[in-house]
Amino acid sequence: MISLKNVIKTYDGKEVLKNISVDFPDGKTTVILGPSGSGKSTLLRSLDLLVRPDSGTLSFSDISLDYAQPVTKKKSFDIRKKTSMVFQNWNLFPNLTVIENITTAPITVLKQSKEETEKRARQLLSQVGLAEYADRYPSQLSGGQQQRISICRALAMNPEYILLDEPTSALDPELETQVLLILEELSKMDQSMIIVTHNMQFARSVADKIVFVEDGEILFDGSPKDFFEHPTTRIKDFLSGITFDDSKKLK
Amino acid sequence: MWHIIITSLPEMISAMLQYTIPLAIISFILGLILAVLTALIKFIQPSENKLVKYPWLVLRAIADFYVWLFRSTPLLVQLFIIFFGLPSAGVELSPFIAAVIGFSLNTGAYASETIRSALMSVPQDQWDAAFTLNFTTKQTLMKIVLPQAVRIALPPLSNSFIGLVKDTSLASSITILEMFQVSQQITAKNYQPLLMYSLAAFLYAVVCTLLTFLQHYLERRTSRYVKGSEA
Repeated sequence: MISLKNVIKTYDGKEVLKNISVDFPDGKTTVILGPSGSGKSTLLRSLDLLVRPDSGTLSFSDISLDYAQPVTKKKSFDIRKKTSMVFQNWNLFPNLTVIENITTAPITVLKQSKEETEKRARQLLSQVGLAEYADRYPSQLSGGQQQRISICRALAMNPEYILLDEPTSALDPELETQVLLILEELSKMDQSMIIVTHNMQFARSVADKIVFVEDGEILFDGSPKDFFEHPTTRIKDFLSGITFDDSKKLK
Repeated sequence: MWHIIITSLPEMISAMLQYTIPLAIISFILGLILAVLTALIKFIQPSENKLVKYPWLVLRAIADFYVWLFRSTPLLVQLFIIFFGLPSAGVELSPFIAAVIGFSLNTGAYASETIRSALMSVPQDQWDAAFTLNFTTKQTLMKIVLPQAVRIALPPLSNSFIGLVKDTSLASSITILEMFQVSQQITAKNYQPLLMYSLAAFLYAVVCTLLTFLQHYLERRTSRYVKGSEA
């Protein structure tokens, strides 16, 4: 389990995480929801130390870390070894082929053998339906294909948790579906995942737990059932605000 | 006219092969090494560890000073100080060594800014992706960032190299018998300045044209992964 306690992060005097405490259980899919600029991404990135909060603690099974103290290289390595991030714009390495994108880190960082790593990479690629693209460059593929590859890249590091930062926000609906199906599959296989998303239908179908963040605070932390069936007034507003229907006309 | 050209060409080509081209190539390689080091010192943020941070900031101040100094003074003046000036401070250099030092330092200062801007042009996203995969800064540079930066730096670095080939003509002023100097000497004998200097210009243009082809070849090679590139 990953636990954050009393996490505070400010950018230029503005508090973006206000004393946040939250747990992300093992083997479950936690979905983080909330309006843009609420601090969702900052929260997710704090788990992987891409963002360094000002204070608070992170505990991750046997590792604990005080954000206010200097972090040793070893500790940051150990934490990042347990997590892998999938980004909104996938951030594949354009200078490497698809297969190199997946294998370079396991070979360089985990010192795995080249043959083993490539074998596993090809397996992952065929699982996401992209086996025949192994030797292409990312720029030759669609956004949805690139995002599926970036999921393979994350999985190849055998992380305990996969962190996904709006993985489908930059995709059109058809490509989005291809990616969501893979995530649903992973969720069914009890892969620990934390997903920031705006797709409510998806959140509803895969989430084991929902965390609703607004203005750097957690306004809801519980089951999807409670979230969607017994929403608070604010959540009701949020859910209706992102639904398109004819009852809302611009006044 | 053809007679003059045919008799002076061997001498000029030999000066080109003996001085102009070696000066340009050696100085460019040394300048490039210096440029990469300088750019990295200015580009990389040192870790919080005080034992790394303060020496790094000192290095950075030296790098800043170096780039400022060589960009703020004329190359000809730099060559004069190194060759004619330094002996009074007890440092005597052969003309060739003095020229190599002057050209390398000058090229390094300009090229370091080219490389730094190429490094900056690789998006932060690439660093984030590398860090989440647990690459170190060095691994990220070597495998991800530098290969992308090279592609971006190639056209302006080619500018620097082509510029350097032509600037080697300044070495004539510190007694090196490079091609331009040879053309002046021949002119002194045959009184054909228009013909001789045009011939020198033509030979510089030939070398620079070949370099332009090399640039195009390298651009194609390093752009293989870019959408719409021919390869």
